[in-house]
Parts: sequence; structure tokens; C-alpha cells
Amino acid sequence: MATPNTPLWEVFIRSRNGLAHKHVGSLHASDATMALQAARDIYTRRGEGLSIWVVPSSAITASDPADKGMMFEPAESKIYRHPTFYEVPEEVGHM
Amino acid sequence: MAIANVQVSETPLVLYTLRRADDALILGHRLSEWCGHAPMLEEDMALSNIALDLLGLARELYSYTAQVEGRDNDEDKLAYLRDVRQYRNLLLVEQPNGDFARTLVRQLFYSAFADLYWRAMMKSGDATLAAIAAKSEKESAYHLRHSSEWIIRLGDGTAESHARAQTAIDDLWAFTGEMFTVDESERGLIETSVAIDPAGLRPQWLKTVSDVIGEATLAVPTNDWMQQGGRGGRHSEHLGHLLSELQHMQRTFPGLTW
Repeated sequence: MATPNTPLWEVFIRSRNGLAHKHVGSLHASDATMALQAARDIYTRRGEGLSIWVVPSSAITASDPADKGMMFEPAESKIYRHPTFYEVPEEVGHM
Repeated sequence: MAIANVQVSETPLVLYTLRRADDALILGHRLSEWCGHAPMLEEDMALSNIALDLLGLARELYSYTAQVEGRDNDEDKLAYLRDVRQYRNLLLVEQPNGDFARTLVRQLFYSAFADLYWRAMMKSGDATLAAIAAKSEKESAYHLRHSSEWIIRLGDGTAESHARAQTAIDDLWAFTGEMFTVDESERGLIETSVAIDPAGLRPQWLKTVSDVIGEATLAVPTNDWMQQGGRGGRHSEHLGHLLSELQHMQRTFPGLTW
């Protein structure tokens, strides 16, 4: 339950073979230590993680869905920004 | 319908492992009673996780008990077909959940002991017990951290949470002495390095618990009169009610499986 004493936290988990922490969900906790404990109990029960970050949800600044057109549509018509027009030499191997 | 209780040949090692199995099963069952009732979803999960750790430990210990006994018993019979006087758990772990503070004080007292106990038991001369200890030590280390952080916040929280935590500490204190007692049957196991002497863990346990209680701005009780009886099958009235719920299905439908 959301109360002033238990603010919302966002949880990020780095999995066993993952390179980056990925957002997995959120939870309520009184402070960072308790948030980390709760994240361990809720999001790593099936061996999902090797590392956990918790971030106060209030620290996140999000884009406004109403700005979708202005923010994201201009990029959709510019396919030349995708690196698909280059020949990758054999020697480079997997990129 | 009454299903006959199984009898257990309580040789020293059988009794020793049975006692620890009963601790884990009864405390795990108590914690599972919170499932769906905890004050917040996050703690519902946390308490259920601890319950499952303890249930897993109980299964390993019951299986080993049955193996050592070498008769017809198995983990299910030992859990479901013994009556209250045959149970050998500590009085502490059968105490009712009460409020959230009481559940976590009980957990702090037990986990502060279990963490030290299983770490020491990793050096047991009994290979199976040493292996169980190695697995259990990591679990109990987390249980201790979880309950410690909560007691610190409850004690140093509101006037209401402080009062509830202190009442729980005062009420449950008399049940902590039983963790450090040893009877004749265990003395022999300690001398042969199968078991460790829990009395040696008491100073560190007291320090761990006192540090948490102190940080929580709560008071460590000064009374040193300790209640005992669980190890010998003399329980508080609460255990019978717990077992009636725990054993109901197997007593009503013997051999029932999922």
C-alpha cells in the first residue's frame, strides 16, 4: 500500500549473463536498505539476479506521452541513421 | 478418524536431528500463517520466502532423521504423524505470530542463533549435517539481516511500533535460553564432534541481539529466568493448535498427495 512512510522505488536487476541492469518493476519500502531487501525477496526468487539497483521513483524524470509526436516521430523518417549501409569486412567478425 | 502416531526410536543422533527439523518446520509453519495477511505485499513475499527456506531445511533434516533411524519412517510421517508430546522443537518457535513486531522479534532471536549455529555446524564430523549447515548458513544469514533491519525500524519508528517491539522482546526473552541448553543425549554428540556446544555461541548471540536492540532504541531485558521444555516434548498450549492445522489433511485422508 502506498503511504507517505513507504515511497515507491524502481528496481533494476543485472542477470547472471547480462551486461546491464534492466528495469524489472517497482515496490514500496521505507528507505533504500529496505527497498534492496524487498527487491531481493520479490524479484530474485528464481535465481534471476547477481546485482540489484534500487532508485527512488521520484528521482526519475519521464518524457510526457503527449509529446510523442515531437519527441520521436522525426527519427522515424531517417533510415540513413541505421548503420545498415556499410559493408562489414570479414575480419571484423561478429559485431 | 484417528490415525495412529508413528513411534520414533530416539537414539542420540535421531533425537538431535529431529529436534532441529522440528524447529525448522514449526517456525516455517508459523511464518507461512502470514501468507496473504502481512501488512504489505513486499513483506508477504519476504516472510513466505523465509518460511520456504525453513521448510526446505526441515525436509532435509527429517529425511536424514529417517535415514539414520533406519526404520519405516520418512519425512512425511515424521512431520504429520507425531503428536504434540512427540515434537521436540524449541518453545520459542511455536509462540504465536501476534503482531508484526512479535513475529520479527521471534525471528531475530532465532535467526541470530541459527546463523551462528549453522556456521559452526559446517565443521561437524557428520558429513550430511555439515552439508546441510553449509546451505542453511547462507539462508539464516539473510533471515538475520531481514529481521534486524525491521526491528531497528520498528523500535526507532513511532511510539506505537516502539511499544509493540519492546513488549514482544520482553515477552519472548524467557524462551531464548532453551537454544543454548544441552542434555545428556547431546553431550555425547558434542564430545564426538558430531554436534557443537551451543553454550559457546551465547556470548556472540547476546552481542548480536543487543546491538540490534540498542540501535532500535529498545531495551535488552535484564531477567535471566528461562523457560524450557520443548526439547523434551513439554510444549505450550499453542503447539497443539498449530499441529491440528498442519496435520489435518493427512490425518483425515491418510496418504493423500497432490
